[in-house]
Amino acid sequence: MYRLGIDVGGTNTDAVIMAGRSVLAGVKAATTEDVTSGVIEAMEAAISKASVERSKITHVMIGTTHFTNAVIERKHVNPVAAIRLGLPATACLPPMVDWPADLRETVGGHRYLVRGGYEFDGREIAPLDTDELDRIAADIRAKDLTAAAITSVFSPINAAMETAAREHLMKRCPGLRVVVSRDIGRIGLLERESAAIMNASLLELSGRTVDAFGRALQAAGLNCPFFITQNDGTLMGADVVREFPVLTFASGPTNSMRGAAFLTGESDAIVVDIGGTTTDIGAIQRGFPRQASTVVDIGGVRTNFRMPDVFSIGLGGGSLVQGTSDAVSVGPQSVGYRITKEALVFGGGTLTATDIAVAAGRASIGNPAAVASLSGELVGEALAEIVRMLERGVERSRISPEPIPVVAVGGGSILMPERLGDLRVIRPENFAVANAVGAAIAQVSGEVDRIFSLANGLTRETCLKQAEEEAREKAMRSGAAPATITVIEREDVPLAYLPGNATRIHVKVVGEMDGVHA
Amino acid sequence: MLERTSGFLLDERQIDALEIGAAILGTGGGGNPYIGKLRAREALRQGFKMQIVPLETLPDDAVVVSVGGIGAPLVSHERIKEGKEGLRCIRALEERLGVSIDAVACEEIGGQNAMEPLITASAAGLPVVDCDGMGRAFPEMQMTTYSIYGHRSTPSVMCDLHGNVVIFEHAISEKWHETMARACVVAQGGASTLASAPMSGKFLKQFAIPGSYSRAMALGEAVLTARRAHADPICAICESENGRMVFRGKIADVSRTIAGGFVRGKVHLTGFDQYEGDEGSVLIQNENLVFLRNGAVEVVVPDLIVILDVDSGEAITTEMLRYGQRVAVLALPCHPLLSSEAALEVVGPKGFGLEGIDYRPMCEQERERVAR
Repeated sequence: MYRLGIDVGGTNTDAVIMAGRSVLAGVKAATTEDVTSGVIEAMEAAISKASVERSKITHVMIGTTHFTNAVIERKHVNPVAAIRLGLPATACLPPMVDWPADLRETVGGHRYLVRGGYEFDGREIAPLDTDELDRIAADIRAKDLTAAAITSVFSPINAAMETAAREHLMKRCPGLRVVVSRDIGRIGLLERESAAIMNASLLELSGRTVDAFGRALQAAGLNCPFFITQNDGTLMGADVVREFPVLTFASGPTNSMRGAAFLTGESDAIVVDIGGTTTDIGAIQRGFPRQASTVVDIGGVRTNFRMPDVFSIGLGGGSLVQGTSDAVSVGPQSVGYRITKEALVFGGGTLTATDIAVAAGRASIGNPAAVASLSGELVGEALAEIVRMLERGVERSRISPEPIPVVAVGGGSILMPERLGDLRVIRPENFAVANAVGAAIAQVSGEVDRIFSLANGLTRETCLKQAEEEAREKAMRSGAAPATITVIEREDVPLAYLPGNATRIHVKVVGEMDGVHA
Repeated sequence: MLERTSGFLLDERQIDALEIGAAILGTGGGGNPYIGKLRAREALRQGFKMQIVPLETLPDDAVVVSVGGIGAPLVSHERIKEGKEGLRCIRALEERLGVSIDAVACEEIGGQNAMEPLITASAAGLPVVDCDGMGRAFPEMQMTTYSIYGHRSTPSVMCDLHGNVVIFEHAISEKWHETMARACVVAQGGASTLASAPMSGKFLKQFAIPGSYSRAMALGEAVLTARRAHADPICAICESENGRMVFRGKIADVSRTIAGGFVRGKVHLTGFDQYEGDEGSVLIQNENLVFLRNGAVEVVVPDLIVILDVDSGEAITTEMLRYGQRVAVLALPCHPLLSSEAALEVVGPKGFGLEGIDYRPMCEQERERVAR
């Protein structure tokens, strides 16, 4: 029983074969324009390197930034009918009002406001205006639109109107692909609506991409089901991605952090990825990245997806080291990718952080003789400054006084000392394919985020329990093995200024994919 | 009558700056002004004019009405307004009282309510006075300098997005007005707009907090400029506001309870950087009310306590505070109109039921600190 993990990045496509918790083989290939050939190349190389039987590969997990890049580059994005149910509410701010003009144009700027929607307590703002939906259907046919996104006010509390409007439209516009916002996001109308519209605009691309992945696997003789990782580091079935491509938007950094932590066997750690110019620092809690609390911008559009909270500092292997031993500075300027020409150890004329590491005997790269004449004091001070920068960065990401380990990865990780303050440092093997490992170890999740009214004898505890039950149900429907399901987020925030003690409850559970017990 | 040419007209960039400044002056409450900013921007793009006039240029007999949103911030993020609620409020008030309004005023510059007067006034073709009744955000309507210094805010008008119009004919106290209005908001779906009984130019010049819009926009502009220059936005805020950074730390715990629709809670902070080894805590009730260092009270409402993301300088509202966030705590001195004996009864620690905590003006402590 093997798992194949694949990561399709902007530059590289990586593949790993895993058995239980061990990585049997990891390879890198270049990402290709058609995606498929790069996937096939990486996959074939990994299979032959691990020399496993194809029939024993039971799950394929794919991580991809393809859909995020499509929005950022405004490529392969289709026109969408953006329909909002809520009039007379929301009339002052039509759909896509806060989008960059070029993206709004790319998706066509077709916006429709309809009477309907709900109040926070479940009353209707107005009955659904089906006559208006008929007129919209005619317009959709006349404009030959193939996708629509429907967003109702307070649909996270009651999705009935969105569902009814979808049925109404689909009867009148055969073949129309309709996304409802309740399936995509949480409370916060504009953010949820924008995500639903972006999702609708990507449906054709997601269909093509999922088909291409399927064909690539088939061509390789793999007939098992395949899954794609979503924002939170858990899996979606291929058919779900076809419907919900936006749910992959943040999967890249998530897979990288989860993969790096997994390779060390730690479920709570701080991951420090030291590159040439910057260092990205993020925390993993119970195997998942800690989430950022602020809104996240994708291609200029505000969304309320949960994204990993990653913090960057201007320190990398190519960081310039300037000054004297009395006042030494490291970074934020860097020679970047030119390090192999400009650093002293590579025969260049610029003193970099890498030169300091070599001079201090931390690493043997290039020509150590080139840094032999550096003053010991300068090297010592520069090294101390590098450690101080890393310590400060890690300290900021620390979430408890518990001495959790620091996982050091990336080309510049030679800068990392053996210990950082009271924290031990671990350097995983196979780091180069951490993203693909992150995909291969992904689990299945279920999530509930709703307003509950703590009235009529309902207590906070019963509501939390009810939310947890619903989240479990969702996870099981997505294929989680019931015995492995655990709660990873549980939060209740009382709502200000509303009597009846309304409270917003958010619960998330994860479990192992059935049949992948490691 | 007001000079149509006095003051200045707002542009989109000033609205952006106002959004940031208003969020900071919200001191954790007042709701996120993002939706209001978008509405104001749309109004400008449709050709409506937003004119701000200085408080001191108001004629004594000017008829000025304050307008603001009332309700739950979260509702206003999901069930966005229809747009003309404020306009319907002031038209209904004019009709009920048989007056003609000369200008619109702001109740609360902190948070969402900074934007509503601009939107309403531009739709009505009226200017907005550069002032407000709080200089920050507070949770209840009677907590304005208008109410504190003797203005009776009824008759008032409350409108929702459906077209319902409610007139509060008479309240026996400002607190009663607040209580009845709060009950009505729930029936109207949790977020409505309210216009209070008119005030005279003379009264406002004496008892409004002056320059609120200019101040909020200057604050926002300082942050925007600092971000562009990759300078520290937190320093920029302190400089612009004569404030002081009192703490940098990580949120170690947030506890919250609800009582009567108000959220109370406590945030525990573990210090880092120069505050390494110190413990901080902030008492919250919708807004940040008290800052304590190692258990000792240091900054007290009505002085402003602002919690900012340590990296971006963005203000964090109390409902967004989470375990593990890295924050800076800033203290900014309140306007003297808020620290008189009469004001402290309403907006001081006693007004929030904080037993055993006395108000000590920040500026006083500041002088002592410098003297040491």
